[in-house]
Amino acid sequence: MKLTELIQKLNLSVRSAKGHLEREITGGYASDLLSDVLANCKEGNIWITLQIHQNIAAVASMKDLVGIILVNGREPEPETIEKAEAENIPVMVSELPTFELVGKLYNLGVSGLEE
Amino acid sequence: MRKVRADLHLHTCLSPCADTQMQATAIVEQAKKMGLDMIGICDHNSAENVTALVKAGARESLAVIPGMEVTSSEEVHILGLFDSETDLMLLQDMVYENLPGENSDEAFGPQYVIDEWDRIIGTNSKLLIGATLLTVEQIVDAIHERGGLAIAPHVDRERFSLIGQLGFIPKGLKLDALEVSTPSAASKKYDYPVICSSDAHFLEDIGRNPSCFMVEETSFHEIGKALRQELGRRVVSN
Repeated sequence: MKLTELIQKLNLSVRSAKGHLEREITGGYASDLLSDVLANCKEGNIWITLQIHQNIAAVASMKDLVGIILVNGREPEPETIEKAEAENIPVMVSELPTFELVGKLYNLGVSGLEE
Repeated sequence: MRKVRADLHLHTCLSPCADTQMQATAIVEQAKKMGLDMIGICDHNSAENVTALVKAGARESLAVIPGMEVTSSEEVHILGLFDSETDLMLLQDMVYENLPGENSDEAFGPQYVIDEWDRIIGTNSKLLIGATLLTVEQIVDAIHERGGLAIAPHVDRERFSLIGQLGFIPKGLKLDALEVSTPSAASKKYDYPVICSSDAHFLEDIGRNPSCFMVEETSFHEIGKALRQELGRRVVSN
């Protein structure tokens, strides 16, 4: 599934890198510990977190992630948007809590395990 | 100049997760027994036992640096060390304004405020174990604006550490030092000065992982100079 499709189906608000929404999603990862994301998240994954610090953009860039979804309507810090724009990382906001959002992603066919 | 042994990150019975025996006279006694010249008092999100420890330390010629361990909104711990309790209390004001919640003794432990003779003079009802609404950057700036030193503690641990929570040290963060919990972690290369501390929550942990500084005297300003490597002051190996 492409990111654009996901944005539409989950009603996400895009906060950065609006020109980089065409990538294919390889899977999903949910974690708020950035050291854990660096260790375990895979290339092309969509990452679900509540962390809004600018380091999320750098982590997503280092791991070549498709994008970041912030839960509970949490807004990224201004520095995070700036950094995400520079790194072409789409940061999106969902009003849903993590549990609900991950459930919906799973039902849409996004898996946390490699096929 | 002389070599001083310091353990700059100790908790007291004010921290809900610390042992209730972490009282002024016992902490000072144990610090002296372990050969420390200097200690830092850094309770979670509060500094209400610093005065008791400064006074108890003065009785035994043990230098006590006023401090606090602030929890950021990202759940990262940041230590602030200060020259005076007045500067530290200004930080405490800001922390209290940004610290939601109320403590539960049963769930997290009691939060005793004591005097220099270990008499309980009150309890703190705030949720000191919780996170403030302040970001890492805001906390570091707030410490510096009040004349303090900002140190990222236990960066070699996963829980509540800057590197564990945020993956790596945010670029441009103006830390004065990093703290590690094990001597072996101190040999790793970082872009910041590295100190060792025990982060003691129990008496027997005090002085277990001390830092040594080559300085003129046991003061806050000398520690600052050592971290900046000014005028021959420096952090030295144990």
